[in-house]
Amino acid sequence: MARRPRLSADPTAAAARHPALFRRVTRARIATVLVIAAMLGLFALGIVVLEFDGRRFVQGLFRLGEFVVFMVPPSTGNWATFMIYLHALAETVAIALLGTLLAAVPAIAVGFLAAENVVPQFVIHFLSRRFLDTVRGVDELIWALIWVNVVGLGPFAGVLAVASANFGAFGKLFSEAIEAADPRPVEGVASAGGGRLAAIRFGLWPQVAPVIASQVLYYFESNTRSATIIGIVGAGGIGLHLAEQIRTLEFQHVSALVLMILATVAVIDWLSTLLRFSIIGRRETVG
Amino acid sequence: MAPSITRLSDTQLDAMMRAYDGAIAAKRRQTILGFAILAVAVAIAAQVGEVDLGKFGANLHRFGDYVGRLAHLDSGAIVLSDVGEWFWGLRRWLWLLGETLLIAYMGTLMGALGGFMLCFFAARNLMGSAVVRFATKRFLEVCRTVPEMVFALIFVIAFGLGPVPGVLALAVHSTGALGKLFCEVVENIDMRPVDGVKANGGSWVEVVRFAALPQVLSNFASYALLRFEVNVRGAAVMGFVGAGGIGQDLIEAIRKFYYSDVSALLVLIVGTVMVIDLATERLRHALLGLERA
Repeated sequence: MARRPRLSADPTAAAARHPALFRRVTRARIATVLVIAAMLGLFALGIVVLEFDGRRFVQGLFRLGEFVVFMVPPSTGNWATFMIYLHALAETVAIALLGTLLAAVPAIAVGFLAAENVVPQFVIHFLSRRFLDTVRGVDELIWALIWVNVVGLGPFAGVLAVASANFGAFGKLFSEAIEAADPRPVEGVASAGGGRLAAIRFGLWPQVAPVIASQVLYYFESNTRSATIIGIVGAGGIGLHLAEQIRTLEFQHVSALVLMILATVAVIDWLSTLLRFSIIGRRETVG
Repeated sequence: MAPSITRLSDTQLDAMMRAYDGAIAAKRRQTILGFAILAVAVAIAAQVGEVDLGKFGANLHRFGDYVGRLAHLDSGAIVLSDVGEWFWGLRRWLWLLGETLLIAYMGTLMGALGGFMLCFFAARNLMGSAVVRFATKRFLEVCRTVPEMVFALIFVIAFGLGPVPGVLALAVHSTGALGKLFCEVVENIDMRPVDGVKANGGSWVEVVRFAALPQVLSNFASYALLRFEVNVRGAAVMGFVGAGGIGQDLIEAIRKFYYSDVSALLVLIVGTVMVIDLATERLRHALLGLERA
């Protein structure tokens, strides 16, 4: 029977046996300290450059505390205002839904173009990828401002903004989903005499459709959140009211609006999770 | 020898075909029903969203015009013909871009610290008290569900115009987002080191420091880097509500129709976002590699 080395209560003996573990200054430790020092240095630089001012900061905190006190109880004043807010909230959800769908439909086509296994042409693949990256790099709020200039103020500009920003993201995600698909069904269709379109329709599409659907639902969820602020630049939805009430210091309205948004987001979350699971579940029973 | 294929009798075949047709028809009915519901939802949404396709069609050429104007200088020459003129404000813009990155950095760091401190209180496996856990989780939820722009609007009034409210808005939102992700990482750790430290009489703080932390640190760093990427985009538009960064100049250029300035600023922002994306991806791969080694 092999004897196990006895544990010793004496730390110096342990240190003598394993000097590497007990060394106080190691390369990794120096690196850690340097990285932390660099991060703190950058932070200090930020405090100076961005003009953090202790007194203003404390004053701000006090004002913030006042605001929070003013926020209770949440109230919209009267029912008519509440109905206006409710309509704006419906507008927000409508913007999210239409924007998501409007982005998804063309993105499916571009997704196929940008997928290496469908279009094995480097130039097209590369160009469509860079195009999608550029569209994705522009923030939703910037798109909203641009579309307000083109189609005027209102929710329609918001729909187009959500659609533009999502189009880039969808195109990338869809093309990745298509590239990750199993090539065997496609080969199967081809070997049974199917053409390229048939291969895509019966070999590829059944694999990627559930993935696409679940991603679209997920984005609908996150777009509902981001569509709440698009109104700040005049592109419709509840953001306009929110910005207005904050600027006029009507904090009871603000907290009521925030609560309404939180409730809506929670409902949408719940619905889309339910739908997503049912879609993914169906795929599992078929596959 | 020719392989023989046994042909099923017609009655057997009929039954199977009927079952197949039935299954296909059921699936098709389900799909049609789904699309019908979607169509109704879209119709209602189009009504609420004031979608007017006629107006859209009539105005679509204006988008083309807009893009065209973005590509031309005030003098009417195409922007690429005189890059110096196009980027006339490069010095100021680069400074603002640096400010934007700094806002994103500070917001991320503060948010990561906040999330780091709170995540252990929200983790099921380390925090025994259900009350503390519940309170922490709800707090994080509110922080991440309220959009950072809303925080920015409120903070601008409380702290005054400038980058400070921008940093704080990003910090609060990042605390919520990172706190949740960190908490999930902590809940998935190997519990044996925790038991080991506890068995040696370690306090709760020592459990966190010596059992949990070494397992989660690289994941935390990776998530924080990802958040930095998101925050750079967020910081770029903070200026829209007066919370510092390059957004201030961008919204001014868009509102006042300085087309070539808009395109120059967009090029700078998109370029920066892409570079940051690539850099953080590199760093994250390096971090994950470190973990495996």
